[in-house]
Amino acid sequence: MLKLRDGIVELYKKVATSLPPDIEEALRAALPREDEGSAASASLSIMIENVRISRETLRPICQDTGVPVFFVKVPMGLSHVELRETIRDATRIATAKVPLRPNAVDVITEKNSGDNTGIGFPLIYLEETGGTTLTIDLLMKGGGSENVGQLYKLPVEDLQAQRDLEGVRRCVLDAIQKAQGRGCPPYIIGVGIGAAKDQVTRLAKDQLMRRLTDSNKVDELARLEGVLLEDINGLGIGPQGLGGRTTALGVKIGVNHRHPASYFVDVSVSCWANRRGRLIW
Amino acid sequence: MVSPVALRLPLSDSDVRALKAGDVVTLSGSIVTGRDRIHKYLFEKRPPKDEIPFELSGGVLYHCGPVMTAAGDVYRAVSAGPTTSMRVEMYEAQIIREYQFRGIMGKGGMGESTRRALKENGCVYFHTIGGAAVYLADRIREVSGVWKLEEFGQTEAMWHFEVEGFPAIVTMDCLGSDIHRQVEEESLRRFSELKAK
Repeated sequence: MLKLRDGIVELYKKVATSLPPDIEEALRAALPREDEGSAASASLSIMIENVRISRETLRPICQDTGVPVFFVKVPMGLSHVELRETIRDATRIATAKVPLRPNAVDVITEKNSGDNTGIGFPLIYLEETGGTTLTIDLLMKGGGSENVGQLYKLPVEDLQAQRDLEGVRRCVLDAIQKAQGRGCPPYIIGVGIGAAKDQVTRLAKDQLMRRLTDSNKVDELARLEGVLLEDINGLGIGPQGLGGRTTALGVKIGVNHRHPASYFVDVSVSCWANRRGRLIW
Repeated sequence: MVSPVALRLPLSDSDVRALKAGDVVTLSGSIVTGRDRIHKYLFEKRPPKDEIPFELSGGVLYHCGPVMTAAGDVYRAVSAGPTTSMRVEMYEAQIIREYQFRGIMGKGGMGESTRRALKENGCVYFHTIGGAAVYLADRIREVSGVWKLEEFGQTEAMWHFEVEGFPAIVTMDCLGSDIHRQVEEESLRRFSELKAK
């Protein structure tokens, strides 16, 4: 487990300091679409430059190194208890070594633990998988963009959002319209649809782990992802919320079966610095 | 790109009144950081100026919780981008008035009460680039002090930075012009069109 611990520390370092290539590519592709000399264009240029400097100097892309969220696929026979402990140890070491910003605050005393560990912190999802490979995915989820996420319970009369995919489209547009520039656009948006509140929020976050270039296996959802990306960019919020054509870089949707009476939609928003990475062991 | 207006801090009343929403600027001189806890403290406890080790009058209050490293008592900012300003909206008007800030800097813009305080006190809101934390940290020449480090911790303390060529855009000026509000209103109009689609 010691070697694994050091592997997770390295994963932290990589995820905090280097943006995934698909997202960097999307930022570069967005630049020529914005007017020269605009705030949108200036913002994108500085973001791209920032990505380069942080990768070269191995410093965190953003000072908010977020809530670490682990999605782990564990082969049979490996102890979940030990794995959790290893992740927490790695978190303490990474906080000092990368360094990460200590972000775990006690709700009662308001004291920061100083090492990014605390009750339910980092966030760890473990599930058993067949085969012998341990797969550890890490998402470092910034607080500003987490705060602009929204949960909807359809129908929503104000939005004329019924219990169908058109209703989902309206919810997602509403969430982004309300978010404006407060969560650091251009956004990557995860959407989860299903029967239970806790399930759709998790499902929405799962979507943030998908590559921007992948396509949804369900045709209807693939189509909706495309329509939503275009609609959101039509809102004109733009990079950093200062106006422009690039409000989102990607929209990804996941579904579960729902209850006849329930239709929950969660919109999970990531800032442009959607820091994710994988360790295969 | 229009060449930025180079501003030297602290700012005077006439410096501020010459700035218009949309102006691209660079800041050079002293700034202080403050986020949720500093705001709550200044708002509720109203500490007198001589209790605060830095001159705030005419200065810029930067909404930022940086990642710092220390070698002995020499600090360095590793990563220092802006945080979402709207969270401190309920405190900001009083803080601008009582401590005479000439600039508030963060990301995402602020609300009606801050907009009014900017007008009444001759202050502007600077927007800087969220997530460009390393780029911005490289424009901090020196960390010249810190206040409330023990009590509030690294993220929430008030840091005193000497910055050079720190880039920002004036998005709320002291005449009431507000780019965030303009973008929001336009996006709401377009959202209505998209709903009708």
